[in-house]
Amino acid sequence: MSSHNLPIKELGEVSLVAEGTTFKSITETVAVVTETKAPRGWWIGFLIAVNFTGILGAAIGYLIWTGIGVWGNNSPVYWAWDITNFVWWIGIGHAGTLISAVLFLFRQKWRTAINRFAEAMTIFAVICALIFPGIHVGRIWYAYYMPPLPNSMALWPNFKSPLLWDVFAVSTYFTVSLLFWYVGLIPDLATFRDRAKTKVRRLVYGALALGWRSSNRHWQHYERAYLLLAGLSTPLVLSVHSVVSFDFATSVIPGWHTTIFPPYFVAGAIFSGFAMVMTLMLITRAVYGMKSLVTQKHLELMNKIILLTGSLVGYAYAMEFFIAYYSGNDFERHVFIHNRASGPFAWAYWIMVSCNVISPQLYWSKKLRNNIAVSFVVSILVNIGMWFERFVIIVTSLFHDFLPSSWGYFRPTLIDIFIYFGTLGLFFTLFLLFIRWIPMIAIAEVKATLPEADPHWDPSHASHDDAHGHDEDAHEEPAAQPAE
Amino acid sequence: MSDKTLTLYLAEYESAGACVHAAEKLRDAGYAAFDAHTPFPVHGMDQAMGLPDSRLGWLVLPAGITGVSLGFLMIWWMNGVDYPLIIGGKPAFSIPSMVPILFELTILFSALTAVFGMFGLNQLPRHHHPIFNSDRFASATDDKFFISVESSDPKFNLEKTKKLLEATHPTNIELVADKDDEVSEDAP
Repeated sequence: MSSHNLPIKELGEVSLVAEGTTFKSITETVAVVTETKAPRGWWIGFLIAVNFTGILGAAIGYLIWTGIGVWGNNSPVYWAWDITNFVWWIGIGHAGTLISAVLFLFRQKWRTAINRFAEAMTIFAVICALIFPGIHVGRIWYAYYMPPLPNSMALWPNFKSPLLWDVFAVSTYFTVSLLFWYVGLIPDLATFRDRAKTKVRRLVYGALALGWRSSNRHWQHYERAYLLLAGLSTPLVLSVHSVVSFDFATSVIPGWHTTIFPPYFVAGAIFSGFAMVMTLMLITRAVYGMKSLVTQKHLELMNKIILLTGSLVGYAYAMEFFIAYYSGNDFERHVFIHNRASGPFAWAYWIMVSCNVISPQLYWSKKLRNNIAVSFVVSILVNIGMWFERFVIIVTSLFHDFLPSSWGYFRPTLIDIFIYFGTLGLFFTLFLLFIRWIPMIAIAEVKATLPEADPHWDPSHASHDDAHGHDEDAHEEPAAQPAE
Repeated sequence: MSDKTLTLYLAEYESAGACVHAAEKLRDAGYAAFDAHTPFPVHGMDQAMGLPDSRLGWLVLPAGITGVSLGFLMIWWMNGVDYPLIIGGKPAFSIPSMVPILFELTILFSALTAVFGMFGLNQLPRHHHPIFNSDRFASATDDKFFISVESSDPKFNLEKTKKLLEATHPTNIELVADKDDEVSEDAP
């Protein structure tokens, strides 16, 4: 009998992992990274990242000490880099949840090679994002006004405010992402525990693995919990960026007050997140020799998603522009025609369009989708473009207020720049620590996608591909759980 | 054989298929306290072991309902009764604007219950288990498949169980005892 994990060659499917990959080799490939000395490149990257994190800390300290006047924000541009960075980071996080939850529900087995990675990215990106609403309130010691806590002023928050919805959405998102990530990690931490050569590793990984003994009675509830979390995270991830977009869409500012915002923001979030996964994956895969697990096939599939979401984003830009024109509203038209497509911020608008709309169109070509250098460059361009998208949305809607007497311009200060690049430092610090100490590929999940993971697998029939073998298997496992 | 000490047979297999067939044999022989240990969840193992469907969903559903109800009560009390805020001419207590927060709280409560409910049903964390006394068991998280039969099973019998397991063609069988209760009590 054949295995249902075998690629169906008639449909042009190829194996998810490289030839010759076995259960043992998967464990080895992933575990050895954390068991041997870090390569020199890791140390160089880590030192640079830690330095930037230090800059972040110093800049935030200065900001808290002095006040948010140290930023370039001023009348009429009260939101600028702070909220741009917040939305950018939150958006990057979305790809992780999409890969771990949505692709899981769609039974996209190729996700197993990249989901751990992407989920880690989600958590670190959300940490970076959470810094901004925290510090942009100005008096950070009043940050506790945000949650509904009883206080001596007998005040409660305004639950009709989208900013408060954001507090709930983002904190729920962070909590659920962390839980999802940890649940996925438990079996792999147990693998590390069982391989541990030193006492410290045995104790630390052992404590974190919670005494996991790969029992099928446990797997049963575990898989159900995983399925439920995936089912819960899917609407959650859609809701989070929708709520973020409500911060803008429920206002009466021309350029923000549009109904297309929630789906447009969600598509943009997935787009930027996949680009970031691609950037990180290409580097890590090359440095750590993960090419047998993260194959060209994975990269191509990710590029297809980048093409899809990039085109969705391009459609949203066009539609936004069209509606502004078609509405006949002078203020809407002014924002799109004179503040974005032309005018003092036209450079930002056209950077956004070239990076987000034009660059992913290269991926219509199969050859370019499979070109590592192109993938890397496009992923960086998309990251830049998506930052500019948020910058354009926020700043170009604000810098020309309704009266020409309140027209201004926005220039970032050094502190703006320090804080932005500082969060990149924090992100990479956390990410490098993750790569160093935590199984960066979901070992158990990748194993379950091998042909020999199927109990009906018979190695003697491995050579000839009979797609018919499936029929017989199907009856035996009607209520079977997902294999991942 | 002492009642206190948990002893178990541990049979090792090379393939997922062999492990599933062994589980089917034990199920058919009427064993209840046996388990399969596999590096990843194996398709069809639940049926092979005769396990009922996981009850986790029945914990998560009420948790989600609790989340949405508590959220409703909270917003109604805080904005509708205790501290009414009139913003944008909207009523102090307005249901449409509650939807995002109610949704997030439903998800939050459900997700927390899915994870901690799973830990509860699995009785994890449990760092001490006699099965860890086997040296070979470490490969259960790597590339080997195991069946364990615990001495607490009413059908457990040192000879008969061993015979039954041998008939499933394992690559290895061992008897694992709980070392920590050790020596003084019983040495079979």
